[in-house]
Amino acid sequence: MDRSRYLTTAATTLVLGALAIATSRCTPSAPQRRTGDGGAQSDSAVAAQKTYVAPGDLDEYYMFSSGGHSGSVYVYGVPSMRHLVTIPVYSPYPATGYGFDDDSKKMLGDLTWGDAHHPALSETKGDYDGRWLFINEMNGRIARIDLRDFKTKQILGPVPNLHGNHGSSFVTPNTEYAMMATRFSRPVPNRPVGLDKYATEYKGIVAGVKIDPASGEMSLGWEILMPPFDYDIGDAGKLASDGWMFFTSYNTERATGKLEVTASQRDRDYIAAVNWRLADQAIAEGKGEMIGGVRVLDPAKVPGLVYLMPCGKSPHGVDVSPDGKWIIGSGKLQGVTTAFNFEKVQTAIKNKDFTGEEDGIPVLKYESIKDAEIEVGLGPLHTQFGPDGFAYTSLFLDSAVAKWKLGTWEVVDKVPMSYNIGHLAAAEGDTVSPDGKYLVGLNKLSHGRHLNVGPSQPESSQLVDISEEKMKLLYDAFTEPEPHYAQIVKADKLHPIEVYPKEENKHPLAIWDVNDAGVTRNGNRVTVKMIAVRSSFTPTSFEVNEGDVVTVALTNIEQTTDELHGFGLLDYNINIVVDPGETKTVTFTAKKKGVFAYYCTNFCSALHQEMQGYMIAK
Amino acid sequence: MSAPTRTRRFLDAPLDGRARMLMLVAVGLLVVTYFVPLWNLTMFAPQYRDGLRLDIFSHTLAGGNSGQDVREINVLNHYIGMHELTNASFAEFQWMPFAIGVLGLLVLRAVVHATAAALVDVTMLLLYFGGFALWSFGYKLYRYGHDLAPDAAVKVQPFMPPLFGYRQIANFEVYSYPRAGTYAMVGVIVLLVAALAWTWWRTRRDAATPGVT
Repeated sequence: MDRSRYLTTAATTLVLGALAIATSRCTPSAPQRRTGDGGAQSDSAVAAQKTYVAPGDLDEYYMFSSGGHSGSVYVYGVPSMRHLVTIPVYSPYPATGYGFDDDSKKMLGDLTWGDAHHPALSETKGDYDGRWLFINEMNGRIARIDLRDFKTKQILGPVPNLHGNHGSSFVTPNTEYAMMATRFSRPVPNRPVGLDKYATEYKGIVAGVKIDPASGEMSLGWEILMPPFDYDIGDAGKLASDGWMFFTSYNTERATGKLEVTASQRDRDYIAAVNWRLADQAIAEGKGEMIGGVRVLDPAKVPGLVYLMPCGKSPHGVDVSPDGKWIIGSGKLQGVTTAFNFEKVQTAIKNKDFTGEEDGIPVLKYESIKDAEIEVGLGPLHTQFGPDGFAYTSLFLDSAVAKWKLGTWEVVDKVPMSYNIGHLAAAEGDTVSPDGKYLVGLNKLSHGRHLNVGPSQPESSQLVDISEEKMKLLYDAFTEPEPHYAQIVKADKLHPIEVYPKEENKHPLAIWDVNDAGVTRNGNRVTVKMIAVRSSFTPTSFEVNEGDVVTVALTNIEQTTDELHGFGLLDYNINIVVDPGETKTVTFTAKKKGVFAYYCTNFCSALHQEMQGYMIAK
Repeated sequence: MSAPTRTRRFLDAPLDGRARMLMLVAVGLLVVTYFVPLWNLTMFAPQYRDGLRLDIFSHTLAGGNSGQDVREINVLNHYIGMHELTNASFAEFQWMPFAIGVLGLLVLRAVVHATAAALVDVTMLLLYFGGFALWSFGYKLYRYGHDLAPDAAVKVQPFMPPLFGYRQIANFEVYSYPRAGTYAMVGVIVLLVAALAWTWWRTRRDAATPGVT
């Protein structure tokens, strides 16, 4: 009995073992080229040398990366990929007190989030001039950051008529305009209309935001009524194509419901070519109709204003080559990138080489305007350029970047990205003179190529060396959500200040002498003029009455770099940070009796911990 | 020939063109001292890698970094209870430019009078002025380092900042050196002494060869 049992056990073990081996042999393993964790690899020694920026040394480039629905812009140094600073734009950011002081709170308005997508550096003659950074936001807004102090200075909008400002904030070659275009069409003017009338009653909008050449102040110039497509991305024509603006569009089916299916039926969607100089002229001639306080042009009534260029299915990116001759469009669901020839576009317009129209807008004949279809790979999205005639196209599905040559249309190299690259940004790669040294892939997914931080994973931005024939992956950086697009600019083009010069502070409540500090009362309105300087506030206490409307005007009288002072008022949801030489105000109602401490929240000095005071509400 | 007579003869000796030229150059150098700093103190600390710079002119204090460095030094000094460095607290800035002006005029007077006696007078005055100014500056530094507020946040031993050279004070390396203005002042004295020496030598030579004036 023991013997038979032993035999049975042995036989069973043998069979199970054989099965296990067979099963494991049959399980496919990752392809050989994918070693390690299965993602993109780099030559460590080369990459380390190229990205190493020694302590105390400075990076060569700034990268301004959109923070997506975090509402911020993140600034990185390239090639180290070190995060340098966060510029809050559309969301409060207690670290700098943004959204808490009166001015920034007013600028944000009722919206305390925004979905920032496409940063655009101001340009002169098609090249970055280092003055301002514009960035759009889905709630119909666009903001200007002054690169003199890296601060958000203006938020324009929500702009009337325009809903879902995705196709923004691309600037024209001399920063005459930053553009806006709708992702979500809706009735113009907005009113409740059933989706059954989507195709006819809903409208897209392209808006030109005028930029004051001296101050950068933005104002809404004009709008153009567009067919109800989803407008995605734009790029301004330059040099040869200056004066034109190009926007990709999808859902030219004019479908509703589950767009992933309904908007993916046609083989071609469009790139809309907008003659913005003609829009300027039409507005000057008094054309257009006032809707919601802005002059709106109907392309059907202004011939030559808009043409539609058929493009591969569901395109995202449209990018104009550095010389302005080619317009590169990629259909994400088609797998080819099309190079349109601007000269051919003009000829087709002249010859009326049209295949139809959409709401009175002529559709150009695809075959007449294209120079080439480039087989770049699967899921092509966006294209950037190098200085030597090479173009770089991101491939979402292939999870790679393809390098190809303008003119010969030959794909010469590919580098894998980890994972699912969306936009890409090359050093000054969307200007008339790209630098070509670095490219950053702005990947949508990181899939755990970092220490495990739980399910809410960061995005990944990967630095690629494009200075040689073969592209080389150099570095993985893990970025805050959500890097849609970025701008990489040579550091010496920017000239930021380090402190606000005292003589430039024109704030009416600014004081520089502790003897001027104190409380003034006007009815129930109380103004506290306060000074912050290492390591005390003046006054160190003040009294108010319950129900008073209190304005604290805090001047940081320091003129020393990095001597910031914070003002946190406990129990009041107040924390402002005032830079050297700056004055900020914060207004609140003294809601209840008692004693409330205020203190310096931004570490300043050896006696920072003593920098405090009391508000006594009677 | 007795000694007093020889001295008498020297003091009465006229100044020739060469001596007067040296004196005019000296006046020029005196004018220069108005426009360049006399002394400089520079302090380095780990967090002040570019240094905090303090230039002392005959009429004002001037901080590096467009004046910001003086404010910064005062911010730091308030922790140890030091008096604030302001122009108002330096009486020197009132009398020094005036004194330099007077000395310049006295040199010009000596040029016009053209006697060795006048040149001796003004040279002695200048030496006295230079010595007094140095002492005054040193005494000021001593007082700043010793008159510390008793309620200061950070108590430090009273100290003497360096008048000349280097000294480590807490986390600061302090360097104190004369600048162009002081060198110009030394040049003035050297020129006047040279004019005197020349005149002395010439007087003796002339005495040795009677008949030549």
